[in-house]
Amino acid sequence: MTNAPLSRTVTVLNPQGLHARPADMLVRTASKFTAEIMIGKDSELVDCKSILSLLTLGAAQGTKLTLTATGTDATEALESIAQLFDAGFDEIDSAKGVEPVVDS
Amino acid sequence: MKFADFITKDAIRAELKSETKEAVIKELVQALLDAGEIDADQQEDIVASIMKREELGSTGIGRGVAVPHTKHPSVQKLVGTVGVSEGGVDFDSLDGERVQLFFLLISPPERPGDHLRALENISRQLRDETFCRFLKQSKTADDIHQLLQEADDNQFVSG
Repeated sequence: MTNAPLSRTVTVLNPQGLHARPADMLVRTASKFTAEIMIGKDSELVDCKSILSLLTLGAAQGTKLTLTATGTDATEALESIAQLFDAGFDEIDSAKGVEPVVDS
Repeated sequence: MKFADFITKDAIRAELKSETKEAVIKELVQALLDAGEIDADQQEDIVASIMKREELGSTGIGRGVAVPHTKHPSVQKLVGTVGVSEGGVDFDSLDGERVQLFFLLISPPERPGDHLRALENISRQLRDETFCRFLKQSKTADDIHQLLQEADDNQFVSG
């Protein structure tokens, strides 16, 4: 394919923001791909395969993040990761948007 | 957010004695109780809810660091402490490494932002390898506290 980075914007939808468990989910998903995947606010992009780096973003609910991927499976990588954000990392009650009992 | 905003000095523990995940969590919760940050009658429930969170996925985030935590209605503000284990504890970490450095956090349920900012602060500071190494080598609670103060004063990170 191409070596030019693909890019898209994702939004943190879940009320708890990008805390440890969503960060863990992101790393696990990103690590399935060989593409270099970066995420962050504006110019501050960090490695999407490092939980420690993801937590430095401190991304609260409503934060828009830029997601980039470079590599042969970049398209699939972006799609899989965007799905996690769209699903609110499975932390959004579909009816009311209420937090689950056990979270964070 | 700075360490001083959520780390209780009197609850900091160097040379943790515990050798299992549950024991180290209990030891650090006990430290917060001894420092007067949590209620005695809530202690067991707090330990149980931290353990329940661990079942969802280990908070051992790699590099020998773990951030066991929970929300709990009995606290009015984010409270936390730091513990160091010289030999390390098997914490089912994401990278499989033993954990030497623990940041235990308890936050009020309605304040997810504070929890996020505490995690942000911890992770930003720990990106500095010198800070991380010095913390793990600390032999006394005073040493740990001094390192946290230096980090708060931006002596380890420039940004």
